[in-house]
Amino acid sequence: MRRQTLDRRRFLAATAITTTALAAPFVRGAHAAGKLTLGLWDHWVPGANAAASAVVNEWAAKERVEVTIDYIPSQGNKNLLTIAAQAQARSGHDVLAMPTWWPHAHANQLEPVNDIMGPLMQQNGKVNGTVEYLGKLGDKWLGVPATIGSQIKGPVSRLDLMKQHAGLDMQAMYPAGAAPKADAWNMDAYAKAAEACHKAGVPFGVGLGETTDSVDTAGAFFLAFGASLVDAKGELTVKTDAVREALTYLARVGKFYPADAPAWDDASNNRWIVSGRGAMIMNPPSSWAVAKRDAPQVAQQLWHHGFPQGPKGRFSPFLPYFWTIWSFSQNKSAAKSVLVHMSSRAAAERFVEASAGYDIPSFDNFLTFKTWQDADPPKGTLYHYPNPHNHQTLSIAASPAPPKIAQQIYAQGTLTKMIVRHMQGEALERTLAWAESEVEGFLRG
Amino acid sequence: MADAVLTHPARPRAPAAKPSALMRFLKRKSTVAFLMALPLILLIAVLVIYPAFYAIYLSSLRKSMASVAWMRNCSWLPDAICTRIPFGNIQFLFTRETFWMVVWQSCLFAITAVIFKALLGFIVAHFVHNIPDKGQRKWRGMLLIPWVIPPAMSTLAWLWLFDPSYSAFNYTLSFFGIGPIPWTGNANWARFSVILVNIWVGAPFFMIMYLAALKSVPDQLYEAAAIDGANWWQRIWYITLPMMRNIIAITALFSTIVTFANFDIVRVLTAGGPIDKTHLFATWAFKIGIEGSDIPLGASVSLFMVPILMVAAIFILRDINQRGNEA
Repeated sequence: MRRQTLDRRRFLAATAITTTALAAPFVRGAHAAGKLTLGLWDHWVPGANAAASAVVNEWAAKERVEVTIDYIPSQGNKNLLTIAAQAQARSGHDVLAMPTWWPHAHANQLEPVNDIMGPLMQQNGKVNGTVEYLGKLGDKWLGVPATIGSQIKGPVSRLDLMKQHAGLDMQAMYPAGAAPKADAWNMDAYAKAAEACHKAGVPFGVGLGETTDSVDTAGAFFLAFGASLVDAKGELTVKTDAVREALTYLARVGKFYPADAPAWDDASNNRWIVSGRGAMIMNPPSSWAVAKRDAPQVAQQLWHHGFPQGPKGRFSPFLPYFWTIWSFSQNKSAAKSVLVHMSSRAAAERFVEASAGYDIPSFDNFLTFKTWQDADPPKGTLYHYPNPHNHQTLSIAASPAPPKIAQQIYAQGTLTKMIVRHMQGEALERTLAWAESEVEGFLRG
Repeated sequence: MADAVLTHPARPRAPAAKPSALMRFLKRKSTVAFLMALPLILLIAVLVIYPAFYAIYLSSLRKSMASVAWMRNCSWLPDAICTRIPFGNIQFLFTRETFWMVVWQSCLFAITAVIFKALLGFIVAHFVHNIPDKGQRKWRGMLLIPWVIPPAMSTLAWLWLFDPSYSAFNYTLSFFGIGPIPWTGNANWARFSVILVNIWVGAPFFMIMYLAALKSVPDQLYEAAAIDGANWWQRIWYITLPMMRNIIAITALFSTIVTFANFDIVRVLTAGGPIDKTHLFATWAFKIGIEGSDIPLGASVSLFMVPILMVAAIFILRDINQRGNEA
């Protein structure tokens, strides 16, 4: 029997083939067949999942890949439990949608996607700072920012009530189809409007609970004052003037919110505005969509716009989802290929349309789709929802702390707890001492 | 003719095959019982014992899960021990204000709820016991409804009744000029609300257990007491309660364990708020471990229930055992 020897020529050929196979980011041709499983976020909006399936199946038919999609709800934190379980078992979907903090929490188990993020940003435009903060660890991209599920939680105002009780014309400040003229929309104006609407019996429906809507809003206000509990280097910055200023302001304004705001969850603000009991909430357009169905007279008065300007800028909460690939995925090249397809302009536009404007793509060139321009009633209500003029900085609560620390601050609702404690009579310095002790605990490695 | 008795010479019997040791072992009652219980034992091993040990392992890790969380700053212990104990997370928890608040709240929640469930169950069991047999079954069925509905579902109904903005209770109270009461917005009212729902869900279990115990008390004892001139209270104190002692102790133990480890009611009703004032071990562990991605610390919090419940179980079971021996 002839024994095969590994000569230089054979070695080079084998190496070249292997390198090409590993580096090839895209799956092409008849040999691409294989299996791919996707765990996508189960959308609130009826029909949005169908659009996702259609986009993925088009790719699957072209690439001859057998695809399975599971839609995992965030209701009851099912998606978080799934992420934790798959990370522990080192087995699961090839592509899994992870919200906000979770790519960082599982960074060492995720496949880097730098090879597709570079071309995607060249093609679709840059991504905002919050996407970089949440999706990147050093130079490593942990996932591709997903259109599906990503949202901005900006103010949704009742045009009539704001005019009548606060003397503010939100539509004039944020005109449809044009850049905002909202210099007068600042912290002072917000506080005065909150007080006026409270006196008129239609308070702003802003929660002070521990769920995301409440925490996100508090986070945007803190950032507008330049206040953070931990800085980007991981140093404690609780006992600073900026935090004192933010807390004093928020505790003062918090008294104009509904008395039970500390017990609010993410559904409370939706009910508040749809029932016609309040003049403003902070939310994506889901409450407007429900109002269109259940309370049309309320819906035609709702206007989506930007946050008030603070001493350090104008910040709005942005909560991106990421499509990530596990390092133990069996079909990484196919996973990357489908993510490129799902991140195309055509796909993003379909997702936005199917979600009635709820979903926000993270790429700069995708913020002017017709869905937002045409949405009504009132015509143009969603025009400013995706922040098309970069009028405000998209942010996430507890940033710029290192994400693993910020996640603890966010999940524990430390910011809203601080507001409630101080608002309910605890001395400012005592609240700061409590917060410092809590955050010190989050710093442990 | 003389009667003759024919006798056959006794044929030597073949020596009976001696059952093998294995056969004898398999025929033992205890072996059969063990084999029949084996599927359940395996199920418990897979679904309870393995996760329990895995939780212990997880609780010994650092937040990053990359290495063990050794104890720190434990100079009061010998060095050889201090640096080799993987209880860094437990040590850390002991320094947290919120942790001690959760310990206190869990005790308050479990003890208050169990006392009221037992009291209510006892009273209702007496009422039901006194209903004629014909109609008793209907009442038993109806009273068990809160216990048989999955708590997550029934708590959702309570959530609507307590809803911050649209509470049906507040709406009703407004007719009497009372309220609105912040059922879930104020710390004390929120604690009251979660305990109330727990009592509502759990009282029927006590009722049905006590009813069964009441039915087993011989009527002659009450007749003898009546002849002796015992009043209602004396009959309860000297006959009913002593006869039900074991059932009361076991039910209280079982309920304490379940109530202490409660998750669904608090999670659905208040999610631990406002400002953490209704968190129990399980809900706080979930908050830290799953929502906060700190699984080792979450596992440590959940394990903290074990020693507390073990002490309670040992005391109560020892008491029952002693009385069993006296009998």
